[in-house]
Amino acid sequence: MSLTVATYTILVLSLVGYLMGYRWAKNLERGRARRLHSRPHYHGLWVALCMLLPATIAMLAAIALRGAVIDWLVLQQMPESYLADKDRSLVTTRLWTIARDQFGVTNVRDVEEAAAARLLRLTNLANWAIGLGSIAISFGMGVYALRPLSHTFQARNAAERIILWILVACSAVAVLTTAGIVFTLIFDSLRFFSMVSPTEFLFGLDWRPITAIREGQVGQEGSFGFVPVLVGTAQIAFLAILVAGPIGLLSAIYMVEFAPHRVRATAKPVIEVLAGIPTVVYGFFAATLVAPLVRDLGNAIGIPASSESALAAGSVMGIMIIPFVSSLSDDVVSSVPNRLRQAAYTMGATQGETIMRVVLPAALPGLVSALVLAISRAIGETMIVVMAAGLAANLTLNPFESVTTITVQITTVLTGDQPFDSPMTLSAFALALALFAITLMLNLFALQVMERYRDQYD
Amino acid sequence: MVTQMEAPLEIARPDSQPATSRPDVEEKMICREVNVFYGDFHAIRNATLDIHAREVLALMGPSGCGKSTFLRCLNRMNDAVENARVTGTILLDGEDIYAPGIDPVHVRTRVGMVAQAPNPFPKSVYDNIAFGPRLHGFVKGRAELDDLVERSLRRAGLWDEVKDKLDERGTDLSGGQQQRLCIARAIANDPEVLLMDEPVSSLDPNAAAVIENLITELSEEYSIVLITHSMEQTRRVTDRTAFFYLGEIAEAGPTAEVFENPQDERTVDFIRGAFG
Amino acid sequence: MTDRSAGATHRYRTAGFDAGLRRRRRRETVLKGLGILSIAIAIGMLVTLFGSIFWQARTAFVQTQIGLEIDIAAEEFEGGADATASAIKGASFRGMVRDALYDRLGGRPDSRAARRDMGAIVSADAPFQLMQDVLDNPDLIGQTRMFWLPASDDVHNLVQGVIDPDTPAADLPVGERVMGWLEELEAQNAIRSAFAWDLFLRSDSRDPEVAGIFAGVVGSALMLTVTLLVSLPLGVAAAVYLEEFAPRNWFTKVIDANIRNLAAVPSIVFGLLALAVFIRVFGMPRSSPLVGGLALSLLTLPTMIIAARAAIAAVPPSLRTAAMELGASKMQTVTKVVLPNALPGILTGTIISMAEALGETAPLLMIGMIAFVADPPSGFLDPAAPLPVQIYTWSTSPERAFAAKTAAAIIVLLLFLFLMNALAIYLRDRLQKKW
Repeated sequence: MSLTVATYTILVLSLVGYLMGYRWAKNLERGRARRLHSRPHYHGLWVALCMLLPATIAMLAAIALRGAVIDWLVLQQMPESYLADKDRSLVTTRLWTIARDQFGVTNVRDVEEAAAARLLRLTNLANWAIGLGSIAISFGMGVYALRPLSHTFQARNAAERIILWILVACSAVAVLTTAGIVFTLIFDSLRFFSMVSPTEFLFGLDWRPITAIREGQVGQEGSFGFVPVLVGTAQIAFLAILVAGPIGLLSAIYMVEFAPHRVRATAKPVIEVLAGIPTVVYGFFAATLVAPLVRDLGNAIGIPASSESALAAGSVMGIMIIPFVSSLSDDVVSSVPNRLRQAAYTMGATQGETIMRVVLPAALPGLVSALVLAISRAIGETMIVVMAAGLAANLTLNPFESVTTITVQITTVLTGDQPFDSPMTLSAFALALALFAITLMLNLFALQVMERYRDQYD
Repeated sequence: MVTQMEAPLEIARPDSQPATSRPDVEEKMICREVNVFYGDFHAIRNATLDIHAREVLALMGPSGCGKSTFLRCLNRMNDAVENARVTGTILLDGEDIYAPGIDPVHVRTRVGMVAQAPNPFPKSVYDNIAFGPRLHGFVKGRAELDDLVERSLRRAGLWDEVKDKLDERGTDLSGGQQQRLCIARAIANDPEVLLMDEPVSSLDPNAAAVIENLITELSEEYSIVLITHSMEQTRRVTDRTAFFYLGEIAEAGPTAEVFENPQDERTVDFIRGAFG
Repeated sequence: MTDRSAGATHRYRTAGFDAGLRRRRRRETVLKGLGILSIAIAIGMLVTLFGSIFWQARTAFVQTQIGLEIDIAAEEFEGGADATASAIKGASFRGMVRDALYDRLGGRPDSRAARRDMGAIVSADAPFQLMQDVLDNPDLIGQTRMFWLPASDDVHNLVQGVIDPDTPAADLPVGERVMGWLEELEAQNAIRSAFAWDLFLRSDSRDPEVAGIFAGVVGSALMLTVTLLVSLPLGVAAAVYLEEFAPRNWFTKVIDANIRNLAAVPSIVFGLLALAVFIRVFGMPRSSPLVGGLALSLLTLPTMIIAARAAIAAVPPSLRTAAMELGASKMQTVTKVVLPNALPGILTGTIISMAEALGETAPLLMIGMIAFVADPPSGFLDPAAPLPVQIYTWSTSPERAFAAKTAAAIIVLLLFLFLMNALAIYLRDRLQKKW
């Protein structure tokens, strides 16, 4: 039985439960003169929620556990001789690959063939069990929910209490997402660091993740020195800010301080259009137009330039974050109270002096946090660098040379047909952990500063 | 304290300050037929008023009657308001401040202003005072600037209170101190006229009294135009008073005269209402 | 007092002050000029970007076609004129197309290389298109008819001027004899440019001349459906709780801070999360719209919640009080009064976050949505390559004709985004109540 069928069955059952609860309450209402505590549809809602929620939760939990349990069961039955010198997680990965008939696996041994078949059989069995089990829970809960229906039953309060908990759960999804990110990244990074030493990762100057030919050949790993990747990332982010910082800031200043209302009303949305363009489009723009231009420029001024130069990726990324910088700076500069501008004017300051000596110093913390948020955005940006920056991790500061970034490496590592447990694949999670940590720190810092800045003038 | 408070009453000798201009009265600013429009709204109608040298002139009238708008005409602060338009003539020492080729920056340097609520810059006390002189290049060297800062703070009666905290932020001072800081900042520019828009309305009575005394002292050097809602304050510190009503000047003259013997119906109502 | 009133000491009455003031005004003009320049650069970049994409896309909206008299001889088919579908599929349409080409260009060339070159004038997909025509209309068997078949990408580029035919022969993608044949075809009026319906109606292909975005659009639509179904209820529920029910305690504060930080987490990280949780733990199929949609749901959730909260907060408290006074429970007030009034704001926020999701690419690469997908996915579990991913894969293809296709696909994507944003603005302006 497919789980989809089970899901639909539970949905239909719940609907039936709703109708039964509704009818039951209607009959109660009609049968006697006494009024019900709650309107009939609340009775229906109560029954439906009872049938839907526990069954769904049970189903999701069972699905989440299914994989681990089946893997364990299958491994239990495999001969010790086969498992002796192998990493268990690599074995399961291989078995799944065989079972799904992916990647044209070669040299399949009989033991593996049998285990893969068992894997499929057990999965099928588990799906049946989970499907039938959840339907049974749904049904049972329906019977339980219909029982207390009576004149005095406070169906509305009961249903609303459940709904409130659903609302709480939905709010918690954001927290769960963060927890999920942190847990996933740390868990897989730890597996990576069991294969590659953290010292090598953090201080190594050479990044060459070599494809493990087939699973099991752990000895084949390349070098995993994070430094050149980090330097490349920082360089491209720096170039991006070099473009977006002045342009975004100056245009925000012009629009807040100088522009007549009509100009502001037109120019602001036009610049915001830049923010709505998908990053893959910027990537295409960078790869097809800007990169060749930069290469020709480099060659014209006598600097041998790569067609995947850091400058091309960085400047296009800069264009992408112009609206980000300008709209944040716009908010920041606008929130500087007018009385300070007035004070400066009455002192005989020109508008320019008012901006440079009063408005900008007052807005400084906000502007700094806007720039930090922009840097964080640039560091985490993926498509532009994937399409326009290089793959080779050169440790260089020359913007005409090709460098690579964290996000490029994550993408490259994870889009190849790679077995899951090679150090190369897992290195993506270590890189992502570093990326997450760096951007989180920048964001926390910026949001903190921004909040304090806003409080100051509220 | 008491003598100082009564001092303006001595100055406001009813017989010596007739409303018409006299040869011995030096006229600092002359306003003729001033009209102000905000878009279609006619905010000031045909205001004609003179400001004498070294006097305190009060602008009074109900809220929204155009006092602030008129005040902002005197240092061209209406220029900063989009779609505001000023017509008529305003002369400062005989020179039209709205003439083409006159930079409003120049006007504002000569005609200083203190706002209703204290608005020090979020900078140190020292930098607040030094703001104007630095902009205009009035001083050469740190020593001269130090000297000017001290002089300005002394004249604003703030020096003794802040001399040990010149590096603290101006915004951290108390309300009354902040307002005196703003006055000190304004006089550091060495202006000829000082405009004050209800400078004590946001302060407690003690701080207000200090500022009132300061106004009296400063009027020995500057022309001061003061917007106020308080009849007592007007009596205490001002030489002459102009009543505004719905954008028009209803009546203007020596304070005591106007208060005791108002000529205009609207002034009569206002004074009675305000006292009653 | 007297020495000051002399006024001679006023330092702003000097020529030095006026000169200084002129200098100060000049500096102000420079600042203003830099502002205008920045805006001009930003807008200039936007124009350049659009311009370059439209320019590159210009040849993708036409398809170069070669007109051939093709003899669909009955003897080519097992069973002759009554051939079954499988018999039709077994026939050599490639041979028929080649023969028609030989006829058109003065006979079968002697050398194998020349024959290969001549065959490469039409698209490798042309025989399949012919087969499809015959499958659709078996009466064609036994007839000789004129068919317009797509030319190969190199021919397309030459005919449409993507490659200048006057470039030195060494740099041309085709040999001299092919150039000669093209002139001959031209002379016979056997080359035409038709609107490239294939771009919209067909799916991805290894041959750029017949590749289309249909599967990509379907994949994106399926994925956005999942995203909408998940993130809208979740986002609204979370917003309702946080705005209407949540006590102001540490838990709420944590959620609050969390949402703001989550909104700034790089999108690629959500891809890794989806890979680890949905694919590895829950065993959902890789490359499927389901997993992609779930990943995008988590990605857009912060935006959704923030937008929905703003919309709910904008409902005036007086309406809530009125409902409560009429005896409605808190929950009824929310469902009957608050949500209907917040609906336009919520819808606007939803459309904007869906637009954001539509353009998102990086997280999808993490969950394997980069595979070549030749058929439109028919369900939420089929492998799919949504439009932005297709743009990415096309842009990395070596064939030159894919560059134009990429630009064309980008235009379609931008068009969708434009429509969504226009709808959001319309909703915001027309439906939102002014309190």
